[in-house]
Amino acid sequence: MTENTSKSAVEIHNKIKEGSLTSVGVVQEVFQAISNTDSKLEAFTEVYKESALEAAKKIDQQIAAGEDPGPLAGVPFSIKANICSQEGETDAASQILKGFNSPYPATVVNKLIEAGGVLIGKTNMDEFGMGSSTENSSKSTTKNPWDTGCVPGGSSGGAASAASAYGYIHLGSDTGGSIRQPSSYCGVTGLKPTYGRVSRFGLLAFASSLDQIGPISRTAEECALALSIISGKDPRDSTSAEVPHENYLENLTTEIEGSTLGIPKEYFEEGIEPEVRQRIEETIDQYRALGVGIEEVSLPHTSYANPTYVLISAAEASSNLSRYDGIHYGHRSDQSVDLEQLYSNSRGEGFGPEVKRRILVGTFVLSSGYYDAFYRKAMKVRRLIRKDFEDVFKKVDAVICPTSPVPAFPLGSRLDDPLKLYLVDILTVSANLAGIPGISFPCGFTSAGLPVGTQLLGRPFEESRLLSLVHAFQSQSDHHLRRPPVLEGS
Amino acid sequence: MAQKSKTQSIASHPKWEAVLGLEVHVQLQTQTKIFCRCPNSYGQSPNALTCPTCLGLPGALPVLNEKVVELAAIAGLALGSKVAEFTKFDRKNYFYPDLPKGYQISQFDQPICEGGEVQIQVDGKEKTIRLVRMHLEEDAGKNIHIEGKPQSRVDLNRAGVPLLEIVSEPDLRSPLEAATYMRKLRTTMLYLGVSDCNMEEGSLRCDCNISIRPRGSTELGTRTELKNINSFSFVQSACEYEISRQIQMREAGREIIQETRLYDSVKNETRSMRGKEEAHDYRYFPEPDLTPVTISKEDLNTYKKGLPELPDQAFERLTSDLDLPQYDAEVLTQDPEVLRYFDSCREEIDEPKKISNWIINDVFQRMNEMKVGIGSLGLPPERLVGIIRSVEEKKVSVANGREVLKKMFGNDQPIEKIIEEMGVGMISDDGLIESALAEAMEEHPHVVEDIKNGKDAAKNFLMGQVMKRTRGKANPGQVMKLIQERIL
Repeated sequence: MTENTSKSAVEIHNKIKEGSLTSVGVVQEVFQAISNTDSKLEAFTEVYKESALEAAKKIDQQIAAGEDPGPLAGVPFSIKANICSQEGETDAASQILKGFNSPYPATVVNKLIEAGGVLIGKTNMDEFGMGSSTENSSKSTTKNPWDTGCVPGGSSGGAASAASAYGYIHLGSDTGGSIRQPSSYCGVTGLKPTYGRVSRFGLLAFASSLDQIGPISRTAEECALALSIISGKDPRDSTSAEVPHENYLENLTTEIEGSTLGIPKEYFEEGIEPEVRQRIEETIDQYRALGVGIEEVSLPHTSYANPTYVLISAAEASSNLSRYDGIHYGHRSDQSVDLEQLYSNSRGEGFGPEVKRRILVGTFVLSSGYYDAFYRKAMKVRRLIRKDFEDVFKKVDAVICPTSPVPAFPLGSRLDDPLKLYLVDILTVSANLAGIPGISFPCGFTSAGLPVGTQLLGRPFEESRLLSLVHAFQSQSDHHLRRPPVLEGS
Repeated sequence: MAQKSKTQSIASHPKWEAVLGLEVHVQLQTQTKIFCRCPNSYGQSPNALTCPTCLGLPGALPVLNEKVVELAAIAGLALGSKVAEFTKFDRKNYFYPDLPKGYQISQFDQPICEGGEVQIQVDGKEKTIRLVRMHLEEDAGKNIHIEGKPQSRVDLNRAGVPLLEIVSEPDLRSPLEAATYMRKLRTTMLYLGVSDCNMEEGSLRCDCNISIRPRGSTELGTRTELKNINSFSFVQSACEYEISRQIQMREAGREIIQETRLYDSVKNETRSMRGKEEAHDYRYFPEPDLTPVTISKEDLNTYKKGLPELPDQAFERLTSDLDLPQYDAEVLTQDPEVLRYFDSCREEIDEPKKISNWIINDVFQRMNEMKVGIGSLGLPPERLVGIIRSVEEKKVSVANGREVLKKMFGNDQPIEKIIEEMGVGMISDDGLIESALAEAMEEHPHVVEDIKNGKDAAKNFLMGQVMKRTRGKANPGQVMKLIQERIL
């Protein structure tokens, strides 16, 4: 393990700013770490060495000239392969966008670069965000740094794996748990912000009403730094919220005494592996010890969350993915004699099986005659789920539960059974349906040495509270400081 | 012409009645497109007016241009629709190369306007055509097929241009009514300034839903839909063709198939595009990338107060207040630019009928020759008033005045100078007129006799002879006075 990649992005930024480290040095070091280890992990789909070093050099020059290059000056960051950048390809790990160069960058990328961040590459994912293991990728199969025989989780598996192995800031996207579940599997901290807190402009849409970009890092502190920069109203995203800007890093506190956490009884009922349950209970005890009130609460519509999520996300995806038609950009089949065939061949060749499955489900549930029974009903249940949370948040400040019922599972073990794979999302999808923020953070390990993640869900736009709750925990624990075994051989 | 006679028989067909409903698409006149900031303009090179949003690139999002909501609300208020306080957008999903996202952002179950009506006049009879709704949507691009090559290209300049779709009830009963209704909508939209309604550029197009039923029946027959008709005469001829096709089918004992048909204006026929069995299921659902729109009562009141005079009100003013004949009023109110021109002239001279005559006869002739609007003739209203005054003040005769006007387009020389250069100034000099009259009397002694015998028509002949000798410049009043003095 190299020296600086074990440090927090906040610390590195301060050192670069005061001149005791150079951004060029930091960036070179992270590329060295990637080249040592990434052949084992395959977390990155692309690295941008040349442009990153050039950007780092500029930052160093600015600092030498006494200028302030911004709150992220010199710090490396990566983006998930479904976030647009003018650097490299933006293909959402899909064959259908193979070779696609976006002519514009996502708002979040602009913001991080303007803040002095250095884009080092793109990370692997399940195609278009559809999956929970990063095995549905046209690029490669990313591995879990804690056990390279296991999945890193998904769909932001590349980002979580990279955060665990190399540190710094990695942007993921979360439609039903795609930031939190891989963060849990890889032993890192991942935040899904409130719907509308972060601009989606330049994020390749999976399900527009559920998607949200967020940071994956080792610590809550680093997530706070990243969120301060990427959050805010964007005139190019109508669904981004008009709420005042917050400096999450400055607002971070360890004084959480007097807060109350709710334990939703429905989240502990069945299917939670004993070791996972044990780690969560220990975490709850630690919060108690920190002076946090603990109370049992009920989210009565929890059992409907997963089917509701499957219907709504598939419906929106079936429409969002219509633009990949082989006409304007991306993969076009050369086997077609007419327009009809051009569409079906291009899409048939370009999309992977999981994406096709969801397009079929989504097309079906929106069809006339089925709309009321499926989509409309799902929208009604969605309102009930949101109401469940509103009621609970009248009593408690946040709820606490496992991020996933199981730790990272072996590669290939759930691939042939999509329904079994959907089950690992059951504890995360509610936050997307309700539009509320959620965070996953490492709270211990299984006897096999796999990380376990605890999830906190909070009130809309109370990311500060969630980050402080995690920050307080992390200042009293060292799970987030442990480094994965994959680095030892490097 | 054969079609024409068929139509006349359709309106009064003894057995069959036609039932028509129109979906009119009006491109709204905004600076920028409906969901991005690309210019909303026509005639640029292909794909020059595009950005990630209207190209449907991965990750791009729509942002509503608020101006379209205002324009649609104004159109709704003017046509008596109920303008929604809360409205939203939906996605209409289908694949076509000119539709880059694979869906069109439109409005499904909560359109911006519901109800409303349009008054039309056909064969001197007033008729009310009710509206179902008006909704906002984005226009698609254009597929361009390369002649002689198995290739098509797509121009997305039009993709994202704001459209207002106005859907009528099936209240129309003849092709003429359909064309009249569409004309009336066009005039109204022009008055409101919500669209330039340039039909050659596709700013106004319509789909016609057509069915027939036995006269006296109240049930609707199976309908066919004619897509994308972009001229008034095509609306009429396409409906005529389709109605007679349906009558022939029914009379031959065949069923009408519900289908979409395309009108071929060259062959003047309609052809099947796709049948019901291939009918699209558009899988409408609420557009998650846009937030719902609320229209406040205050805004609605502001729009209401700002509504301009509408065609029917202008017609009423011209016929009742200004005593113009119905024909004049109708012609002058067709185009708000013409009406404004007419009103500007009236501010200078209170002679509505004279102004109307000059505009309808002389100015329109020039507009037709030049194929331009009244504002592009190079004849400001005060110049038209100038020539009217010159005629009134007997500086030039009416006939010569009209010749002078022809020289005035795009010419800002003083009118007196033009008259002088043309040598057509009116002669009021008694001596000149008298010598011309003396010549004429000498040449036509029998006419002089006729006048003496009380034949008034003979006076006009003599007047004509004087005019001929003075090249039309003699003051007619003075000529008449001299004829009286010299003969009677």
